[in-house]
Amino acid sequence: MVENTAKARRQFLSIRDVTKTFQLGADSVQALRSVNLTIDKGEFVCLIGASGCGKSTLLRIIAGFEQPTSGQICLHENTITGPGSDRGMVFQDYALFPWMTVRENISFGPRQKGLAKKYIDEITNEHLHMVGLEKFADRYPMQLSGGMKQRVAIARVLANECELLLMDEPFGALDALTRESLQQELLEIWERTKVTVIFVTHSVEEAVLLSDRVVVMTAGPGRIEADVPIELVRPREVSAIDFNQVRREITQRLTSHVAPRELKAVA
Amino acid sequence: MENAPVSTVSPEAPAVASKPWLPERVQSVLLAVAFPVLLVVLWHQLVVMTGTKLVPKPYQVGTMMWDFAFGGIHDDAFSGTILTHLFASMQRVYGGFALAIVIGIPLGLLIGKVKIIRQLLDPTLSLLRPIPVTAWLPLSMIFFGLGPRSAVFLVFLGAFYPILLNTIFGVRSVDPRLFEAASMLGCDGSRMFRQVVLPAAMPGIFNGLRLAHGFAWILIVVGEMTGVPTGLGSVIMDGRTLSRTDMVITGMIIIGIAGFLTDRIIVCINNWMLRWSPQHHG
Repeated sequence: MVENTAKARRQFLSIRDVTKTFQLGADSVQALRSVNLTIDKGEFVCLIGASGCGKSTLLRIIAGFEQPTSGQICLHENTITGPGSDRGMVFQDYALFPWMTVRENISFGPRQKGLAKKYIDEITNEHLHMVGLEKFADRYPMQLSGGMKQRVAIARVLANECELLLMDEPFGALDALTRESLQQELLEIWERTKVTVIFVTHSVEEAVLLSDRVVVMTAGPGRIEADVPIELVRPREVSAIDFNQVRREITQRLTSHVAPRELKAVA
Repeated sequence: MENAPVSTVSPEAPAVASKPWLPERVQSVLLAVAFPVLLVVLWHQLVVMTGTKLVPKPYQVGTMMWDFAFGGIHDDAFSGTILTHLFASMQRVYGGFALAIVIGIPLGLLIGKVKIIRQLLDPTLSLLRPIPVTAWLPLSMIFFGLGPRSAVFLVFLGAFYPILLNTIFGVRSVDPRLFEAASMLGCDGSRMFRQVVLPAAMPGIFNGLRLAHGFAWILIVVGEMTGVPTGLGSVIMDGRTLSRTDMVITGMIIIGIAGFLTDRIIVCINNWMLRWSPQHHG
């Protein structure tokens, strides 16, 4: 009993038996079927899976943008019913406010809280510095590169002091070099702020490089196939032998339901 | 010294590539002026060739405009009265236009964003919309009498729909992720409308404003034909009754110029407010 309550207290985010069914005309499509997952404070968790496995849907339910058809998601034992400033989403297509400058985008969250102007400026400058965009503070999103836009989006949610950073294929639209440097920056930010991160991706390498745990999801209907802790020492090196081993393991789990026969033949 | 190598490398190459015969700006102004001048010459020639007495020559209209502005030529009831009529019309145009903005934009934002309000109002508004504004003329004369208020009402009706529809369209075409982003950052309720919905819909709203402003000038003429003593519409109407075609054309030209200048002002405001999006510049 004591152990159970201790565990419950430690549980930062718990996803309990979440099912999501979408109504498409006369058809109903089950996007998620009884998904159970708990995530501890400060963890970096990647959700990975082929498209249609419901990983983005799960992230959107955690964000509060969608309601689960059944089941519930609790943050600190409070059921999530809608979007809130305790969770911050970073979208693949940035979703910056195009009419606001970089500075105004980052200060948007603090401004909603009605803080003193001096304090808002302080937070904004700190986060501009964190993502290295001081020189671009007065530019509009349209005048930035994709990598810069995503830095602004990350700074915007962190400036809002969210506890849970939700990232929906955030680096998917970026070129390889920008992606690599943003991955490193994200890890540095995560290590410094100890924010909890749920990161959706379809790149196995990205998942293994970044996360403490990789949650493998499969489609039709979307469910959790495996929950793999990544115990590689940080900083990780993508070309290392043990890194490749882990990558191969996860790739196998990811594709086992897609092509079971071929894998059996190999074994 | 830093420039020296650059200038020696390419002294002629770019000059050969594209040497405009005139600076771009001068050329565009010249071309813009050339066409109306050509039309005036054509007008003059056609009047002379046909020998009509019903249409004045351009210079007669020019004389009329001078007299309308400064007096001293015809010395009749219209001499030197341009400002009276222009201001009267402008007051009604901008009055009706402002009323349409004040009602159309908030209503458009609500209809665009709030489903229940859309379900409540959209069908009715869609039913009323196809009714030509001029068809409201008899009713508006009953509601507001024969005075200028009737004209303001018509201008309002004409400007209202373009503003409303473009505002709704502006809201509906915003990436829904922006609203999601705002709500996760703690923005909701009326703050959401002021800080996110309104600025996001601005490109659509400005489309509506420019269209509506055009309609406003169209309808002022109709509105002022209902027996208002002042205004450019009444000048045109009086010119018609008195068979003073030069006066009719004078009124038309002044409305054209006033409408053009106001449109330029709207474009300037548009470009400033939408400075974050060069693709929406007019």
